Amino acid sequence: MTFQQFVFYVLAGILLFAALRVITARNPVHCALFLVLAFVSCAGLWLLLEAEFLAIALVLVYVGAVMVLFVFVVMMLDINLSRMRTGMFSYLPLGLAVALLMVLEMGLVLWSHNVELADMLPPAAPAADYSNTRELGRLLYTEYVYPLEIAAVILLVAIIAAVALTLRRRKNTRYQDPTLQVSVRREDRVRLVSMPPVRRETEGANTAPGVSAAADPQARGAP
Amino acid sequence: MDLTIFERFFGPTWPAVWTLAKIVAIVVPLLACVAYLTLWERKVIGWMQVRRGPNRVTFFGLRWLGGLAQPIADAFKLLLKEIIIPSGANRFLFVLAPVMAIMPALAAWAVIPFAPELVLADIDAGLLYVLAITSMGVYGIIIAGWASNSKYAFLGAMRSAAQIISYEIAMGFALVGVLMAAQSLNLGDIVVSQVGRYGFLSWFFIPLFPLFLVYLIAGVAETNRLPFDVAEGESEIVAGFHVEYSGMTFAIFFLAEYANMILVSTLCSIMFLGGWLSPFAFSALNDIAFARWLAAPGFHWLAAKIFVVVFFFLWFRATFPRYRYDQLMRLGWKVFIPITLIWIFVLAVWMMTPLWPW
Repeated sequence: MTFQQFVFYVLAGILLFAALRVITARNPVHCALFLVLAFVSCAGLWLLLEAEFLAIALVLVYVGAVMVLFVFVVMMLDINLSRMRTGMFSYLPLGLAVALLMVLEMGLVLWSHNVELADMLPPAAPAADYSNTRELGRLLYTEYVYPLEIAAVILLVAIIAAVALTLRRRKNTRYQDPTLQVSVRREDRVRLVSMPPVRRETEGANTAPGVSAAADPQARGAP
Repeated sequence: MDLTIFERFFGPTWPAVWTLAKIVAIVVPLLACVAYLTLWERKVIGWMQVRRGPNRVTFFGLRWLGGLAQPIADAFKLLLKEIIIPSGANRFLFVLAPVMAIMPALAAWAVIPFAPELVLADIDAGLLYVLAITSMGVYGIIIAGWASNSKYAFLGAMRSAAQIISYEIAMGFALVGVLMAAQSLNLGDIVVSQVGRYGFLSWFFIPLFPLFLVYLIAGVAETNRLPFDVAEGESEIVAGFHVEYSGMTFAIFFLAEYANMILVSTLCSIMFLGGWLSPFAFSALNDIAFARWLAAPGFHWLAAKIFVVVFFFLWFRATFPRYRYDQLMRLGWKVFIPITLIWIFVLAVWMMTPLWPW
């Protein structure tokens, strides 16, 4: 067994274990974290295929952004674990049927061509200056530019739809307008008061100098 | 240096041993820098606040060395303290969280070029790798906040997750500008593409100035440093995500934060400030011997640039009050992302015209 095969089996083993735990772990947060582990091991497998751009993009997009939001939401939910687990066996036959159907479909595709491992030769080793990223970009923006644009438009529509469905304007929402906050000047908030010094005349008088000055309208400066 | 003796001694395991040796050669100086960065930060902030900073713990009782042994004393204190795992915490995730925090801070250094050809892994998609690895750093914070089983820690984790995702978009767009200007994702090539006849005037911070600012500020936010440290927010949520951590588990979060600071500064120096290039490499001065010596590229220039950018981090901390959370989100989404998008468009048009000299 070469070193590469060893790495492949280790990563594949971790991937299968993590994927299994995603559906069997009791705590939803653990499920989400196992999904992260599954993505990372999958990225490792893609690196073995020398698809480094896809592998890094998988980590960047799914692990770094999508799953963070996922974990974020799952942690906020107040999930009743015991109620989640009831009814598992009533759904089991349906789930098994769907799984069997999927296995059958995959089998049909694989067997209909009657391919063997020997038919799938490894691709020729690329040249030293071959850049995976550059090739992918060239293909995406020349040959597949219309599918790419259509996919982008579909995603944009999905974003707008999601915002439109969830946006709810409440009448009494309080918010601050940053432009108003920034444009505040000192004169709007602080009033300088010029107060002539007041001598305390009698010992034991209970009017403090500041109070008497503020009460005296003559002592106030012009606004 | 002749390494054949070692090569023969280790036999077929030599490549692995050699790579490990290189990793140690990067990580150990990095951790030493992190330790002394904490001292430097306390000193700088002390001076800015007209204090003296740490000045007691010293080597061999030499008074003039000031507080030079302070990081070592701090490290011993943290090593010897008890690690308390709160009841009701998820033990495994509680211990895993600091590991998840420090892993990206160290792993990203694999693709950083320190000098011409001096890099551990010279991979083609280095910039993407850095972005992907650093985006995993948020898991340490989220897991820490959740596994602590504490309201304060959880609030800190939520704030941090929202903040880091918001600023990562602006940061990613800033990097798109860099890779457009450099025509490469390899960090070494990005530095080489900034070689020009006009010394520091040919570095990318001039054509990409808005992106440079956005990257620097988003970097401060990504590392959860002041004025963006709402994830810790001592005055509101005590210490945020690491409120339940003590001893070495806390120290690892601390190490990760400072290692990330140095990492962001290094990336900033490499992508916008010419990396290891000399600022005085003017082709007009090539005939003067002294100027040639000054114009020689090398690691010392990169180190000097990292030092300056890290100093900005400390300066920000001493200068600005903490952002309010809604202001922070507004800055990320409504200011930085439009700026980067507009500048990418401007850059694309600019690069198609003959006015683009790079």
